[in-house]
Amino acid sequence: MNPLLDIRELRLELQRTRKESVAVLDGLSLSVGKGETVGIVGESGCGKSVLSLSILGLQPNAMRITGGEIWYKEEYPLHDLKPRDIRRYRGSEIAMVFQDPMSSLNNGLTVGAQVTEMFRLHAGCSRAEAKERAIALFRKVGLARPEALLKEYPYQLSGGMRQRIMIAIAISCNPGLLIADEPTTALDVTIQAQILDLMRQIRDENDTAIMLISHDLGVIADMCDRIAVMYAGQIIEEGPVDAIFEEPRHPYTIGLLQSIPAPSKKQEKLFSIPGTVPGLAERQSLGCRFAPRCGMAVKHCYTEAPPLFGASPGHAARCWLLAERGGQADAIVS
Amino acid sequence: MNKKASFSLLLGIAFVALLLAVMLTSLFYTPYDANEMNIAERLQAPSAKHWLGTDNFGRDVLSRIMVGAQTAFLVGLLSAVIGLVFGFIIGTAAGYTGKWLDELLMRGIDGLLAFPGILLALLLVSIFKPSMSQTILAIGVLSIPSFARVVRSGVLQQKEAEYVKAAKGLGAGHLHLIFKQILPNMISPILTTAALSFSAAILIEAALSYLGLGVQPPDPSWGRMLNEAQSFIRKAPWFTLAPGLFIMVTVLGFNLLSDGIRDLRDTRQ
Repeated sequence: MNPLLDIRELRLELQRTRKESVAVLDGLSLSVGKGETVGIVGESGCGKSVLSLSILGLQPNAMRITGGEIWYKEEYPLHDLKPRDIRRYRGSEIAMVFQDPMSSLNNGLTVGAQVTEMFRLHAGCSRAEAKERAIALFRKVGLARPEALLKEYPYQLSGGMRQRIMIAIAISCNPGLLIADEPTTALDVTIQAQILDLMRQIRDENDTAIMLISHDLGVIADMCDRIAVMYAGQIIEEGPVDAIFEEPRHPYTIGLLQSIPAPSKKQEKLFSIPGTVPGLAERQSLGCRFAPRCGMAVKHCYTEAPPLFGASPGHAARCWLLAERGGQADAIVS
Repeated sequence: MNKKASFSLLLGIAFVALLLAVMLTSLFYTPYDANEMNIAERLQAPSAKHWLGTDNFGRDVLSRIMVGAQTAFLVGLLSAVIGLVFGFIIGTAAGYTGKWLDELLMRGIDGLLAFPGILLALLLVSIFKPSMSQTILAIGVLSIPSFARVVRSGVLQQKEAEYVKAAKGLGAGHLHLIFKQILPNMISPILTTAALSFSAAILIEAALSYLGLGVQPPDPSWGRMLNEAQSFIRKAPWFTLAPGLFIMVTVLGFNLLSDGIRDLRDTRQ
């Protein structure tokens, strides 16, 4: 199957000073198939959000794509489009749902104004037509009394309602890919489940691919077909959801899974991976980026960066521990 | 927002409404012709016949104050519009694009600010012939910096807001972002600045006219009336008092109004 979104060896650099720049994302490859849900997990600061922003060309001004490619539907080179052209894809082909529904809607505008704008902008609808479609859309995402809602302001609504509205806006033009950057982090648990159900329903009905960014492994396990684990600007492990959860290969992934609180571990101290994510400048060193925090690191880990090694079909990890078991995994993407 | 309107807002509205009423009335009714001279009745004290007395040419001061209000409002409004339009363009360009354009524009604005306002106005009106339109232009140029700064800071703040990024992520263009997402959230500081610049404009106009460089006779202007009245300050103090009082009430009214708007829209409380 041809991937819907294909990121190849993406390198994103942050311009620190006029002469100096550091890599924020380094050699990152990832693909998302049609109707597939891919989860991206990782600690704060590992580059998850920047990755999602750079797909739409929304990375901060000081960051620039200096290598690699991002292809959408195999024909559109998103890494190479002018700002004017990339705008056409935002919202209509690739839509984004942000983390905090409290701040991603404009409090100065009515909900209606913000939703109907999408239809007017991308589909060229008339005011009345846009309003009708907005009402239908609100019903679809489970918002009660849609007519009245259109006239209300975001600050009058609850977080769950706002996130439903954000999702409604995001799917209004039937995008092929929905990027959700921690869509449920700011919501309480019951609302979280509802929002995830809604996203699942959208995926099944419209065959929308979803790129779900989260540091909540429970959410990821629940939603995704495939998972990519990010660490310090790289994908360090990637594979089908079952494989990652049952047979994690990278010590970092293993650590992440161990640090999930569970009722059975009630009396124990919660596991945490020692140390912190290396700073941008510290990542330039030769070896594996996780080595300083890794309990299984050997001398070799500090001197040479590991490539992705295949563990099983579709499952690969960037760790020397796999070196003996499998060969270098070039074909893991399939 | 169902916050109680503050005292200053109510007082400001009352003053401004009063002046607006005076100004509008003067458009179709004044007790006397504002420019009709009557030497026999010169420098009369306030009486039932002339509520605010008469000036050195026997003209009715009340009528002249009323017509002068037209000048004041015209100057205030037009110069505020000039300041707003150019200030908005400059402030938005600087704040939205950032980088060198921001530096360039804001240093230009700083330069304009560093220049004493009245001096700049004097310079502008003395280069051209003093007249009403030159006065408006000069004052308008003077009020550009405050608008530009307010707009720029608003844009800088708003452009990083999550909802602006979200709108951008959904395909919104620059004009949409500026006018539909950012501008609605800047209305209150802009209104506050507009009310302030309105009162400042009236004050500067009065000052310029007092110096004889603003509105030229026979157009009545409060500042000009002050100028004419000062020679008679001992003989006819009411003649000085009337325009002075009106200038004060106008400026106070607009300042209170500006304060009131700010308090009303202040979400921090």
